[in-house]
Amino acid sequence: MNGIDHDRIGRADLYRQNILDHNRSPRNRRRMDDATISRREVNMSCGDDVEIFVRVEDGRIADLSFDGIGCAISQAATSMLTEKAKGLTLEEVAVLDRSFVFGLLGVEVGPARLKCALLGLETLKKALRENSDT
Amino acid sequence: MNEQEYNIAGLSRQEFPMLQDAACRDRNGRPFHYLDSAASALTPESVLRAMDGYYRQYRCNVHRGMYDESARATEEYETSRIKVAGLLNAAPEEIVFTRGATESLNMVAYKLAARLGPGDEVVISIMEHHANLVTWQQFAKQYGFKVRFIGLRDDFTLDMDEARRLIGPQTKVVSVMHVSNALGTVLPLGELHDLARQHGATVIVDAAQSVGHRPIDVQTMDCDFLAFSGHKMYGPTGIGVLYGKHERLDALDPFLYGGDMILEVTEEDSKWNGPPHKFEAGTPNIAGAIGLGAAVDFVTAVGVENIERHERALARRALSRLADVPGLKIYGPTNDELDRGGVVSFNVEGIHPHDMADILGGEGVCTRGGHHCAMPLMRRLGLPGTTRASFGLYNGEKDIEALQSAILKAIKTLKA
Repeated sequence: MNGIDHDRIGRADLYRQNILDHNRSPRNRRRMDDATISRREVNMSCGDDVEIFVRVEDGRIADLSFDGIGCAISQAATSMLTEKAKGLTLEEVAVLDRSFVFGLLGVEVGPARLKCALLGLETLKKALRENSDT
Repeated sequence: MNEQEYNIAGLSRQEFPMLQDAACRDRNGRPFHYLDSAASALTPESVLRAMDGYYRQYRCNVHRGMYDESARATEEYETSRIKVAGLLNAAPEEIVFTRGATESLNMVAYKLAARLGPGDEVVISIMEHHANLVTWQQFAKQYGFKVRFIGLRDDFTLDMDEARRLIGPQTKVVSVMHVSNALGTVLPLGELHDLARQHGATVIVDAAQSVGHRPIDVQTMDCDFLAFSGHKMYGPTGIGVLYGKHERLDALDPFLYGGDMILEVTEEDSKWNGPPHKFEAGTPNIAGAIGLGAAVDFVTAVGVENIERHERALARRALSRLADVPGLKIYGPTNDELDRGGVVSFNVEGIHPHDMADILGGEGVCTRGGHHCAMPLMRRLGLPGTTRASFGLYNGEKDIEALQSAILKAIKTLKA
């Protein structure tokens, strides 16, 4: 009628098993002593808080971990990211976008929760960008 | 709750298109338990009809049109002002139409702040909505005065001991909300205003959560200014009111310059119209004002006292049901002796309010998760936010049952 599929941008089963599992048992959730880069970002409007730790070796992510508090979506998406982004080159990380995160989550996230879903990836990209600038 | 209170809601539900079968079909039969009236209350037929009537029958500009349709637009617009004045027990010329409570609060602060400077203080509460808090905070930076915050007691009421310590001869303005949109707390305006008066401070009330929800009498409340929005009292969005005592409005310079607010303009200078027109530059939100007038008629017909009683009963009912939910903590007054608004704020241990609100939404239970435009309050409470259910006159026991079972489902989903 108006071109918007309200069911699609609504809550397409956001709280599916894989997301709940990563929220309950986050992977790579630890502070990293030998990180070469770390960065913390907060979604002020909702209180999601993620700190990313990266160890870069030869232009690749040799180790990746995070610490944080926040909603299930932000924490699960960051947990999944730490699993999948390990081993990627910095160039490969730089071009990752929301579709990559949707792929990890297995669901397209609507506008109301998009910032939650992308917090981990945005933090990682900012951390790497900031590091390459200096 | 007794039957009579339910009849009020039962009758009035018919008045709201969003709650009827047709709207339900548009949602593919999904339920619609609307528990977000503190953000915006639904609109009744009578308000829609009033605005539609303006657009279809006399959609002309107000003031000075020498023809029937413009005269009617002016008459209806000014009649709305009289209706709003009646609701507040004010005089019509003390009612300024604005875009909403936010604009009203900004407008009055913009004018008063310019007279303040180093050594002066403005006292607000830690519960204030950003519309009141950020406004004074930013003007304080510009003009060099200080903003003081009255904190909370453990039972989420305003700490009046702290208020007595903070309000003194240096206090030039006391600007507080009537009912907290985040906690449901009702502020003791009488005591606060007495304190403010002792020291000659100007008193401003943010009544966004109380006008149309409980009886308001600006004479007994004895405030200098009061702000509210139309859409939180069953009126349209984009229209609100700044009430000001006549002599106070008269003493303020205009906020915006333009048409309607002037008496005489020469190349060199201008003379201002009197209040309220002095503060209504440009073509106003005519349909909005007319809709707001219809909303005043609506809440008056239902009875503002009845609405207040109904909302309080719903809040108590919700508090008692939610008390049974394991790990759930209420943020707001729970003691039956305390007055409270129709807002119930809560968190369940280990569950982020956005996850909670999202899952409730999936169950057709419409609440709001977050900081409710009160980030300093949330920080002081040590919370990322809360989930908030808020009640309107159309809500009933079924909505509260649905809220409780959806919360239990969210807990099962997230913590299983």
